[in-house]
Amino acid sequence: MSRKSLIGLLPVAAVLLIPLLTQSPYLLHMFILSLLWIVLGQSWNLLGGYTGQISYGHAAFFGVGAYTTGIMVKSGQSPSTAWWGLLLGGLAAAVVAAFIGWVCFRLRGSYFSLSVLALSEVLRLVAVNWNRLTNGAEGILFIPAFTQKTYYYYIVFALAAVNLGVIRWVMRSKPGYYFLAIREDQDCAESLGIDTTKYKLLSLLISAFFTGAAGAFYMNYMGFIDPGIVFSIPDISIMMILVTMLGGAATKWGPAVGAILFILVSEIFRVWVGSGHLLFFGVLIIAIIIYFPNGIVGTLTDRWARKRRLQGAEAAA
Amino acid sequence: MSPQVAGQLELLGQVLISGILLGGLYSLIGLGMSLIMGVMKIINLAHGELMMVAMYITFWAFTLAMIDPYVSLLIVFPLMFLLGVSVQKFLLTPVMEADTVLPQNQVLLTVGLGLVLSNLALLLFTANYRSVPVSYASKTIYWDLKLGGQTISLSFSYPFLLAFGIAGVLGASLFLFLAKTDTGRMIRATAQDKRAAALMGINTKRITYITFGLGAALVGAAGALLDPVYYLYPQIGGPFTNKAFVITILGGLGDIPGAVLGGLVLGLAESLGSVYISLGYKDAFGFIIFVLVLIFMPRGLLGRGRA
Repeated sequence: MSRKSLIGLLPVAAVLLIPLLTQSPYLLHMFILSLLWIVLGQSWNLLGGYTGQISYGHAAFFGVGAYTTGIMVKSGQSPSTAWWGLLLGGLAAAVVAAFIGWVCFRLRGSYFSLSVLALSEVLRLVAVNWNRLTNGAEGILFIPAFTQKTYYYYIVFALAAVNLGVIRWVMRSKPGYYFLAIREDQDCAESLGIDTTKYKLLSLLISAFFTGAAGAFYMNYMGFIDPGIVFSIPDISIMMILVTMLGGAATKWGPAVGAILFILVSEIFRVWVGSGHLLFFGVLIIAIIIYFPNGIVGTLTDRWARKRRLQGAEAAA
Repeated sequence: MSPQVAGQLELLGQVLISGILLGGLYSLIGLGMSLIMGVMKIINLAHGELMMVAMYITFWAFTLAMIDPYVSLLIVFPLMFLLGVSVQKFLLTPVMEADTVLPQNQVLLTVGLGLVLSNLALLLFTANYRSVPVSYASKTIYWDLKLGGQTISLSFSYPFLLAFGIAGVLGASLFLFLAKTDTGRMIRATAQDKRAAALMGINTKRITYITFGLGAALVGAAGALLDPVYYLYPQIGGPFTNKAFVITILGGLGDIPGAVLGGLVLGLAESLGSVYISLGYKDAFGFIIFVLVLIFMPRGLLGRGRA
């Protein structure tokens, strides 16, 4: 392993040690939420950032994952089955994604984005109205398996690590290059013999699987969901996009930076201002789009690269 | 005709009437969106939030100064026009020029704007549901039809009828404006081909300001008209943004008469669906029609929009 990748592992090791340093439930809760949003941001980034298919409806997958776990527990499973619950939530989300992809990948650009949003809203309405399965608008409530937050911390940490690893691996292998080709020019990719529908679907399935697993984790951890929370367009779908854009779409660490900033900012403003704490987040988004059009990580990397090139040119001259 | 059949007919007539009246308001919302989509080629995901702002202006004009919602249109229209122009001038235009990985930064900017507007309203006016209690809110006009020996009695809600009429006048004025005035022609030219329009000496930047202003003013008018018959709260924008893009796609992108048809179709679909299929799924019908139209008739119901 090269020195560079060893240095890259240092922050990961540090994050692993956090529960040993603090037992404060509040701090751990913040870290758990950050890690959860890192998973969500990274998953959206695979489809939106790398493959260029902007989805406004990822809450569909989050909600399906959460409800899979919720319905499982409600029908008699113990919540301590959190482990394979995540897997099952992810798989259920991937099945739904296969259908949504089958319908929506006939469309491109904004039409794709909006049709995913529409189907996600339809799923929310199903969750509200299919009382026997989902308990309707009342939602599902159960007592989480562990009282210690440390367990959840490590579960979501593992999820985030696997997620990051899988995405890195995919992006380094052939499908990853196909994804980038599709983002840059779909017609061109098609003419070079790439089955664009197949690879867009692959990207969506991976993205949806991890989003669903994150949803299942959310249900396990919070112990309560209702359709308005997990299928929420503004609170889940849009926030996944904003987290990614904030850090930088199509960058390795962008979603993580965005997620941590998002949790930090919304927490500070929730404490200070109370209601309407998303106001500042909206302002932040507008500012980021105007001043950091490729996100914090993306824009800074661009600037450094340009500076280095300039310095190189000067040295050569 | 048996009384049962007459009763069924009465229900159907009533459902159709309420669908069309609601559809008139939806058309007004869709017109603004379609105009913006046609010229700027972006989806304005803050469209519903702009309507929410107009609804609060109308609400406060009524509560503080007893200005009738229909009269306050005269305030709402110019105010919303100015708001729209500022949004385009100071937020969207600067972003248009930036070089980015993803082409949808402007759309995401409207998402941010929507968040700002709805949360500002939440901070300033709290999450309480409010309404504009005009004296004629529940006034109804009846129309009795004699059909095959039975009397079918249909009712028209007075504020809805008034709103429908005003929406019609506004829509017709927009057609005339686009068809007959120089500015209207410039807007159409810019929507058709921005570069060619610029080469013909049209200040396309100014046209985008005017277009967004008009779009905001139209949806603002819809908000003012909706106030006497609906309630308002800070988060009301989201569902209406969804309706707005559904209407626009139904009509065909950038197709102005199509947007009117799209509004009426959505109004009818919601009204018929909630009575004959299921009230709980009322909002789903629009989305399902939307996805079907996108796949099978991507140029809109009239087949004239841009695919």
